[in-house]
Amino acid sequence: MRTLLFLLQKEFRQIFRDKAILRIIFAIPMIQLIILPQAADYEMKNIRLSVIDHDRSEYSRKLVQKVTASGYFLLNSYTASYTEAMHEVEEDRADLILEIPARFERTLVRENEAMLYMSINAINGVKANLGGAYLRTIIQDYNQEIRLKWLQQPRFSPETRIEVTPTNWYNPLMHYKNFMVPGILVILVTMVGSFLSSLNIVREKEVGTMEQINVTPIRKHLFILGKLIPFWILGLVVLTTGLIISWALYGITPVGSFFTIYVFAAVYLLALMGLGLIVSTYADSQQQAMLISFFLMMVFVLLSGLYTSIESMPKWAHYITYLNPVAYFIEVIRLVVLKGAGLHEIRQQLLIMLGFAVVLNTWAVLSYQKRS
Amino acid sequence: MEREKVITTDRLTKRFGDFTAVDAISFEVEKGEIFGFLGANGAGKTTAIRMLCGLSIPTDGKATVAGFDVYRQTEQIKRSIGYMSQKFSLYEDLTVRENIRFYAGIYGKSNRFIKDKTERLLLQLHLQEEANKLVKSLPLGWKQKLAFSVAIFHEPEIVFLDEPTGGVDPVTRREFWNMIYEAAEAGITIFVTTHYMDEAEYCNRVSIMVDGRIDALDTPRNLKQQFEASTMDEVFLKLARKATRAGE
Repeated sequence: MRTLLFLLQKEFRQIFRDKAILRIIFAIPMIQLIILPQAADYEMKNIRLSVIDHDRSEYSRKLVQKVTASGYFLLNSYTASYTEAMHEVEEDRADLILEIPARFERTLVRENEAMLYMSINAINGVKANLGGAYLRTIIQDYNQEIRLKWLQQPRFSPETRIEVTPTNWYNPLMHYKNFMVPGILVILVTMVGSFLSSLNIVREKEVGTMEQINVTPIRKHLFILGKLIPFWILGLVVLTTGLIISWALYGITPVGSFFTIYVFAAVYLLALMGLGLIVSTYADSQQQAMLISFFLMMVFVLLSGLYTSIESMPKWAHYITYLNPVAYFIEVIRLVVLKGAGLHEIRQQLLIMLGFAVVLNTWAVLSYQKRS
Repeated sequence: MEREKVITTDRLTKRFGDFTAVDAISFEVEKGEIFGFLGANGAGKTTAIRMLCGLSIPTDGKATVAGFDVYRQTEQIKRSIGYMSQKFSLYEDLTVRENIRFYAGIYGKSNRFIKDKTERLLLQLHLQEEANKLVKSLPLGWKQKLAFSVAIFHEPEIVFLDEPTGGVDPVTRREFWNMIYEAAEAGITIFVTTHYMDEAEYCNRVSIMVDGRIDALDTPRNLKQQFEASTMDEVFLKLARKATRAGE
């Protein structure tokens, strides 16, 4: 027990003496929390539109006005021909082309029907998809307006229409930030929890102090504990600062309790440190540890449901996410922050995370003993 | 008079696959002796030391260190020895005082013991001024002397020194050896490897390893007689030239 105190004293002294580590632990996460949610946004705005209006009628002008008034589109240019508009796309000045044929108004008025052409630059799939959908909706809306204007609506519409009015539960205004900020917080805790701790151990190997420790009577598990406890505490400190920032900057306070978040985070950090330890026993240099960590982090983040929803992944990727601790924490923190889930509702995730913690740490201790 | 044996090995062997790093070495080291453990790079010295320190389990043979078995009692061995490796092993980002406190603490020494002995040690090493400076700011020679002092701070029976004076200037090396003599007089057995043959002359007895075996073991004077050489350097060269194994 006394040995552990000496180990902890040493670790904390080293951590607080290393200004670079302190910066990594505090400044970088904060900057990420401040910048990322503002910049990385799902909503498509500023879609650049080129319009070719062969008709130049009142109706066509109204249509263009309606499109630009929606706020999603930036009118990039009026061009005289499709070739010219296409040139704009090739030069990457336009994302979408809307072509209004000549005699658009006339055919519309006379034949109750008119054609429009839309060309979409689909290099950025998401942008193309959403942009096309927005434009279609606006045109439909426009269509509806004309119809209302022309037709004397009968008491009962001859056409059956089903209208859907959605209610957005748990995130009523569908604020993208409410969804993203807790997720980013998880990533920050993950970085401190696993990768800093693994780098720390590998550094002792590299410098040679590890060998010195090995000839002392320190028990392996005590040495490991002495490494884990400081980073476990740091992880929780980062979580706390992150929660404060998301409240101060984004006004996000969990609907559920902080207690639930901390309980889960405590177990989660244990699991992750097991992972960090495993990395550190297999890596001989900090460089190797960095590369392994970087690779794991990429996979973890991309398959975590932070940016893309897990449900829409292919089946095989879905199975991989079952092995991704980050995915569980992101799910849980969103449940707690947005929906107010308590310990009872997240018990399944909590149990799985406990399982992760036990398996990873056992593996870590076993491989640590074998390799030294 | 028969003196107490603190290290005994009997056909101690370590194999890595087909490669026999240490090939059935047998020797004894007496209490308070300065035992030089010589050999060219790759001769198997480091592997032998690692087995004696309980860091590596032997493949074959027997050995005891401070009366403890190297197979089963590695924890007790670690408690009774000090170790200083060729790689500098203090924490550079801790101060002199913090390093001493940490290493003494993990050997289970009391706060009172640590405090008193630290002050005496700082005085002895003339490091009072530097006590609260980071170790990385010290010159190499001072670091090595400090590392040695830390290695014997917990008063072990034996201290293993693996090329302790590598890269150190001659004056500091001389001072370092004075410290080794003091420790030996205090009853600590010194087990030292070195590539400096003048240092080999300082040892009570010297063993020379060639290709995993001990080819010669005696006092420096007897060795010189035996190999008809005037210096230990010649003795070493005569033996080391027989080596077939490439250096590390």
